[in-house]
Amino acid sequence: MAEKISILIVDDEESVRDSLLNWFIEDGYSVECAENAKAALHLLEDREFDIILADIKMPGMDGMEMHRRIRALNRDSIVIIMTAFASVDTAVQALKDGAFDYITKPFDPDDLSHLIRNAAAQISLKSENETLKKRVTSLENIDDLIGKSEAIRQVLKQIENVAQSNSSVIITGESGTGKELVARAIHANSPRRYFPMISVHCGALTESLLESELFGHEKGAFTGATFNRKGRFEMADGGTIFLDEIATISPKMQIELLRVLEMKSFVRVGGNKEITSDFRVICATNRDLSSMVKNGTFREDLFYRLNVVNINIPPLRERVDDIPLLVNHFIGKYCTSMSRDLITIEPAALRHLERFEFPGNVRELENMIERAIVIGNGREIRLKDLPLGREVADTTLESLDEVEKRHIEQILAKYDWNVSRSARALNVDRVTLYNKIRKYGLKQQK
Amino acid sequence: MLSCGSFEREFLKRISGEVEASFRHPAVTEECHLDLSPFYNPARRQYDGDRLLHQIPGCPKTEYTKIIGLFRVDLYIPILTYIFGQAILGQKTAVASVYRLRNELYGLKPDEELLLSRTVKEVVHELGHTFGLIHCHSMTCVMRSSTYVEEIDLKDTLFCPRCRALLDNQ
Repeated sequence: MAEKISILIVDDEESVRDSLLNWFIEDGYSVECAENAKAALHLLEDREFDIILADIKMPGMDGMEMHRRIRALNRDSIVIIMTAFASVDTAVQALKDGAFDYITKPFDPDDLSHLIRNAAAQISLKSENETLKKRVTSLENIDDLIGKSEAIRQVLKQIENVAQSNSSVIITGESGTGKELVARAIHANSPRRYFPMISVHCGALTESLLESELFGHEKGAFTGATFNRKGRFEMADGGTIFLDEIATISPKMQIELLRVLEMKSFVRVGGNKEITSDFRVICATNRDLSSMVKNGTFREDLFYRLNVVNINIPPLRERVDDIPLLVNHFIGKYCTSMSRDLITIEPAALRHLERFEFPGNVRELENMIERAIVIGNGREIRLKDLPLGREVADTTLESLDEVEKRHIEQILAKYDWNVSRSARALNVDRVTLYNKIRKYGLKQQK
Repeated sequence: MLSCGSFEREFLKRISGEVEASFRHPAVTEECHLDLSPFYNPARRQYDGDRLLHQIPGCPKTEYTKIIGLFRVDLYIPILTYIFGQAILGQKTAVASVYRLRNELYGLKPDEELLLSRTVKEVVHELGHTFGLIHCHSMTCVMRSSTYVEEIDLKDTLFCPRCRALLDNQ
């Protein structure tokens, strides 16, 4: 998005132009500068800019007059007026003339960033409005949500349905299933995507820390609080707040949270000023909140406030079809990050993974692949590169012979088909092992 | 990396190690005894990051591919109230300051590990700019823009695969 947006900076002070130019270039915007209104209008004769940041006080034509002339040119540019002399009158006049906003120098980096993101969101919404109505909705930024199984397709469908709304969402699923990824996908496909998604791991914080973390604190709130500190709700203004492990919050915090969700306003710790924030809330838990409501450990009113939409992510063992895709995805991811050539996985290793129960779900698979790439031979992931020992009882194996064959196959793969070492591990002699290999027709995978 | 101010040797060593790991190039730390008084703005009680950025290239004793000046003082640029760091995109130089990365400044308990982690992210981020990388929209990429300190904590010390690939192509 940022790459497409062009900005024109109009200011007579070179240091201001240079500072802003550098700042916006680092953000990936296309930037041009003009040292006065005349030069800016000259530039505007040939090309359009999405955003124009104009100083109000410049020699010759001032920023307000330049703004009126830009309007007369019937340009759609968003104009933001900057000035070192804050006054309500000029601000009101600039806004009356159709300026998008007004900002006083020097800017707080966060204010400038917020302002530009707001403008970018408006530009994007405007240009996309018509095409969005017509185009078939397809999800974006879901690169890490891999799968072709019916279960994951259902989750993607739910993300698509819920992303455009402002409804609260509870994401449920076992640990490691990718609840935060789903939250990010919802955020990335929502109109709030130009603003931050702030994650809070509620389970990792004590009640008092969580309170300060969520609501922030005022300077002087307690000994050593020499600066104001923004809370997570405030940081999420315009965006999304993701509350992970929501089931762990105390009854007191449940009441506080309910109040914030209802009022969309709060007071910083040690403060008395009501702060409003426009955020969307997405929660996640691996516990059954409805049972917690029944046994009185989670407030019913908060549950209903949060549980407008529930997305349940199935555990990996219930979507075995996705394992090969996930494996390839993680191989690509880690080979790239480790600057290695792409490797493959041997069929026996993949079969092994498809039978694994994965109590830690996708996260466990990801860690397994990363580890296998690190310790492996750099060409392929072999069975021996994967941790053994927690395989599920394979219910498709019925006879003792089948179990024996599978076990021997795995041990041979683990020891790279070194018969002596495999025989020692199996506690049989080499002749017995050769006989078994012949009996079951086992062959080394090349 | 030019240490412009008094830093613990171990602190600099660990940053240097992280920089080496991130960029896969040797990193050297050199002490710099730059007189900061000409860069002090008494009205703002801060130091001009833009001017320091242009002063830094003349400081090292040896020739380096990239230079970052690490400061303890509060930096600003004329248009912004403060900066954590600054670089010239695709050029040689960057500056960063630990001043606003300290927990104490926000009324929290000192946390040296957190300070180290934030400093590493800032240094890698600014050096990333010198390699031509722009801000990244990936939530955890070290090149994600951070305008307040908590945002630094939200990102990782690593480059996302896209930024990594861009860096490796250099």
